[in-house]
Amino acid sequence: MNLLEVKNLKVHFPVKHGLFSRVKAHVKAVDDVSFTIRPGETLGLVGESGCGKTTLGRAIVKLVEPTAGSILFEGEDIARLSGSELRVRRRKFQMIFQDPYGSLNPRMTVGQIIGEAIDIHHLAESTSARQKRIVELLKAVGLDPIHAQRYPHEFSGGQRQRIGIARALAVEPQLIVCDEPVSALDVSVQAQIINLLQDLQQQRGIAYLFIAHDLAVVEHISQRVMVMYLGKVVELAEAKAIISAPKHPYTQALISAVPVVDPDSKRKRIVLPGDVPSPMHPPAGCPFHPRCPMAQLPRCEAESPALREVMPGHWAACHFAK
Amino acid sequence: MPLLEIKNLKLDFIAGDRNLRAVDDVSITINAGETVCLVGESGCGKSVTALSIARLVPRPPANYVGGEILLNGRDVLKMTKSELQAIRGGMVSYIFQDPSASLNPVFRVGSQIKESLKLHRPEKATDAEVIRLLKLVGIPAPESRIKDYPHQMSGGMQQRVMIAMALASEPKLLVADEPTTALDVTIQAQILDLLLDLKKRLGMSILLITHNLGIVGDMADRVAVMYAGQVVELAPALELLRRPLHPYTKALMNSVPKLSGNMQRLQAIPGNVPSLGNFPSGCRFYPRCPSAQPECAKTMPQLVEVEPKRWVRCLYAKPL
Ligand SMILES: Nc1ncnc2c1ncn2[C@@H]1O[C@H](COP(=O)(O)OP(=O)(O)OP(=O)(O)O)[C@@H](O)[C@H]1O
Ligand SMILES: Nc1ncnc2c1ncn2[C@@H]1O[C@H](COP(=O)(O)OP(=O)(O)O)[C@@H](O)[C@H]1O
Ligand code: SF4
Ligand code: SF4
Ligand SMILES: [Mg+2]
Ligand SMILES: [Mg+2]
Repeated sequence: MNLLEVKNLKVHFPVKHGLFSRVKAHVKAVDDVSFTIRPGETLGLVGESGCGKTTLGRAIVKLVEPTAGSILFEGEDIARLSGSELRVRRRKFQMIFQDPYGSLNPRMTVGQIIGEAIDIHHLAESTSARQKRIVELLKAVGLDPIHAQRYPHEFSGGQRQRIGIARALAVEPQLIVCDEPVSALDVSVQAQIINLLQDLQQQRGIAYLFIAHDLAVVEHISQRVMVMYLGKVVELAEAKAIISAPKHPYTQALISAVPVVDPDSKRKRIVLPGDVPSPMHPPAGCPFHPRCPMAQLPRCEAESPALREVMPGHWAACHFAK
Repeated sequence: MPLLEIKNLKLDFIAGDRNLRAVDDVSITINAGETVCLVGESGCGKSVTALSIARLVPRPPANYVGGEILLNGRDVLKMTKSELQAIRGGMVSYIFQDPSASLNPVFRVGSQIKESLKLHRPEKATDAEVIRLLKLVGIPAPESRIKDYPHQMSGGMQQRVMIAMALASEPKLLVADEPTTALDVTIQAQILDLLLDLKKRLGMSILLITHNLGIVGDMADRVAVMYAGQVVELAPALELLRRPLHPYTKALMNSVPKLSGNMQRLQAIPGNVPSLGNFPSGCRFYPRCPSAQPECAKTMPQLVEVEPKRWVRCLYAKPL
């Protein structure tokens, strides 16, 4: 069974059109998105700035209210749960953020930060059990238990990300949404955190929705990868398949644009014309058509392509993907 | 004579009663028409080195302790105010990571470019020249964009405007400090393509600063790798990528996953990048270096040419 099944999820934000206008426009940050995550699996999520990755991640852990659609967690729809019903289930899904500093209370010690998560869900019977648990968690993320007494500002970026991970682990979640967890870190420290996340997954069977800009990092850590453009999923497939043989013209351009370290690689860069359009005014038809080198008019500007299975397990939203 | 010759540059930041060495014995040369990449992790001294070329680091807190910066053979560190004014935005132009911070939000982009022309090529301060520059940097329908304010343009377009402004003075050296770090991959590809094309057409030299080794292969003739205020390896770009010689360069290349690479566990570098004022004595990389020997804790290695054109700062770097 799937751990998570997201069906036709929409998150639309109302925005005032002009200063005095009462007519509201909508940013379709997430627009009709469906996918699944299996227990213990990592699903990678990539796409350019503003395409809706963070909003999708926040919707799944219920930090933002979905406009429509369902979010089945172990078969139960949590999309419209709130209050105490939601609180009980919250334990199962956690989120870690790009900026570990901004997400840690500067006035609390590391021990208090982790302890708070334990307390909210009543996960320790006694003070000593609580203390033991904090020590275990710090060790699990590669920090010295002595660090429980210290404050977040005393740590480096990589160490802070470890603290964020320890706090997420404290409630024994089955799914962690990782929103750009290594993007703010020094390159030489990124690998430490990626390895840690992979080890924790092996030991505890946690599933990840892993959001990142860096396609190589996403390919490395994910079993499957999902690509978004302007609020929609344009491609979803096994990581290897999507990187070696992308079916959607946008994914093809995205992958070809990644600068590669290997000087002897024969890859040719596809340089897309134009900018990413604003999600407030997405183009009609296929949202990618103004930049698509393969577009065929009038079909691509009239008809919105559905996400379809072009090969077993390989989904793409392009009229011409084979 | 090289266009730019930075020789043994040393710069301190004065913090209270402490002198913190941010740039320590950095030597880099750039020849006419050459692209040199400066790579390294955040805080290693890339920007401070690059800003020093036009002496743009504020003094205090900065203090130049040693070395020279020869631009066409003349030492920037000894220049007068008016000489410095002439090279800033003249012979040397800069573009930065965040174009919106460098553009003035209350002036139209056309008039900002024109200001730059007035300063350096007054006879060419015309709408026609502004439009030519905007066309040169690939802005579609430039006639209709000169009246735009910066906020009406996307990040990629703003970066193109910055490049147009930098080109207004027909610089000999363009210093681009992480010009694509804030941009999306597909827009980054556009800007890198533009820089390659401009270099070909205008024959200027480029100092490109990046923390992304992937960009090096596409852009650079030579590359300097910095760690904790020092250049640790300097080499022709392709040779360095094919066969890195310094343990830090090797470790950095092994620690990043490669597209379509094998899925083995990443080889992480232990520990953290040391912060200013906390550089270890001896070799600055030794607490994290997989090849460290006891001697490395005591002796600071010098940058030496271990093979023709290949400079390495490591006690145990051996020639082939
Ligand atoms: N609370 C909000 N109110 C209005 N618009 C919003 C809100 N949150 C996000 N948006 C808009 O929704 C779109 C998607 O934003 P989101 O943060 O999900 O993008 P992202 O893919 O995570 O981008 P990045 O790569 O920059 O992190 C953007 O256009 C954003 O401006
Ligand atoms: N104006 C300044 N005052 C004090 N310290 C500075 C100043 N500018 C830079 N530094 C410090 O100098 C070091 C090198 O900085 P920089 O050259 O900006 O690094 P990067 O390689 O990321 O470009 C850093 O430790 C930075 O904090
Ligand atoms: S549907 Fe048309 S415009 Fe859209 S990706 Fe496919 S070819 Fe391009
Ligand atoms: S000098 Fe020693 S510690 Fe430094 S890089 Fe060479 S082997 Fe490593
Ligand atoms: Mg985001
Ligand atoms: Mg910098």
